Amino acid sequence: MKYSYYPGCSLEATGVEYNLSTRAVAGALGMELVELSGWICCGSSSAHAINRDLALGLAAHNIALAQEQGGRDLVVPCSACYTRLSRADYQMRHDPGERVRAERLAGFSYTGQVRIYSFLEIVKDRVGYAEVTRAVRRPLAGLKVACYYGCLLVRPPEVRPFDRAEDPASLDELAAALGAEPVPWCYKTTCCGAGLSLTRPEVVGKLVARILSAAREAGAGALVTACPLCQNNLEMRRPADEDIPVFYFTELMGLALGLGEVSGWLKKHLVDPFPLLHRLSLAG
Amino acid sequence: MATATLYLPAGKVTVDAAFREEVARLSGQPLELCFQCQKCASGCYPTREGDYTPNEIMRLIQYGAREAVLKSRTIWLCTSCETCGLRCPNGIRMAEVMDILKQMAVARGIVPDGEISPLFHNLFLNEIRSTGRVQETMLMLKYRLKTGGLLADAKLGWQLFRRGKLPLVPRLRKDPAVRRIFELAGGRG
Repeated sequence: MKYSYYPGCSLEATGVEYNLSTRAVAGALGMELVELSGWICCGSSSAHAINRDLALGLAAHNIALAQEQGGRDLVVPCSACYTRLSRADYQMRHDPGERVRAERLAGFSYTGQVRIYSFLEIVKDRVGYAEVTRAVRRPLAGLKVACYYGCLLVRPPEVRPFDRAEDPASLDELAAALGAEPVPWCYKTTCCGAGLSLTRPEVVGKLVARILSAAREAGAGALVTACPLCQNNLEMRRPADEDIPVFYFTELMGLALGLGEVSGWLKKHLVDPFPLLHRLSLAG
Repeated sequence: MATATLYLPAGKVTVDAAFREEVARLSGQPLELCFQCQKCASGCYPTREGDYTPNEIMRLIQYGAREAVLKSRTIWLCTSCETCGLRCPNGIRMAEVMDILKQMAVARGIVPDGEISPLFHNLFLNEIRSTGRVQETMLMLKYRLKTGGLLADAKLGWQLFRRGKLPLVPRLRKDPAVRRIFELAGGRG
């Protein structure tokens, strides 16, 4: 199964492990991800905060590229990129006025043939967790994980409702399918502070401290996320005495599927996950 | 245009009814439906570090307190996590309102002292304008230089760089399509 692929800016830098692991896992599950040629930044938080036309135009341009380059569905690993592109698509699909505006800004004609998916959604709905379990070589036994969805994967609910907006389950079910033990906890979708990381690191520090301590309290040995900004904030702005590892779900998949390159990804983390993995006999 | 003066716990506030109309129109949100249930405030951690909770901002908008709202720190703390909009029983998308307020504050040059978010957003957008993408390394360097703190987070920067997460290869491509989007969008900035 072939998809167009939109990595986004973070996956080429602070989220590089997410890029590598997504591509590797996709390949292992029989999918081909074709990176969009000439993709541009989705606009992230800054565009919609400063100028709505800019936000719509930048996102729409990427959809235009996907239309031109094969018209396949577009897979987007980063939650922020996913929400920006899904929203632009939703606006163009459901609001004729917005569609005309977007077409003028990005200089194209919207056909609606390209659908936007997060990679998690593809794994859940197109591959299926039963298939994932069949492909597991090394079940992640003993790994108690707090599934952290963040904000933009599940909100706003009308744009792409593939999971519940309050108390979502898709990452938890995936963790279980990999043989791990997802813990119930109350901070699944509480904001990590997102783009405030550089401008207000002390605010992000408070948000992150709350999330990590809730994960600990729930008995988790690690967290798992689907967004490079969340993963980075949870590692970069953690309290000084906190060392709980934060994985991307694709890394846990790679580990369970027995892919060879996993340690290369994990070595890029700021919080070393190997002590935990060694304790659980999941490393090497 | 009706104006008046209100004496709120926050101090004296000049009221301008046109402000409420403007925010309602630009955001497309049914502001008049807010009955201060505070579900938005309960779910919002970022704005707790600011001066007003989301429902207080809403009340101030309803009063037409333009200066108080546009000068608040709260609007720049909103991360658009959309928890408020999800939970509002009246379906008011507060995050959309916050975006409009940010844009209005910038347009009028009303930003609280020391609020650096607009600078950050402009740096971010300039990166997109020049190369089509945001190279996080360049963004971080430029941000540090502009805020006078190359040493801030230096240890963190080094850790990221060591792990290959802050590539230094400059991306020089200019994309006419990107320029065009910026030009067409320019008027409403």
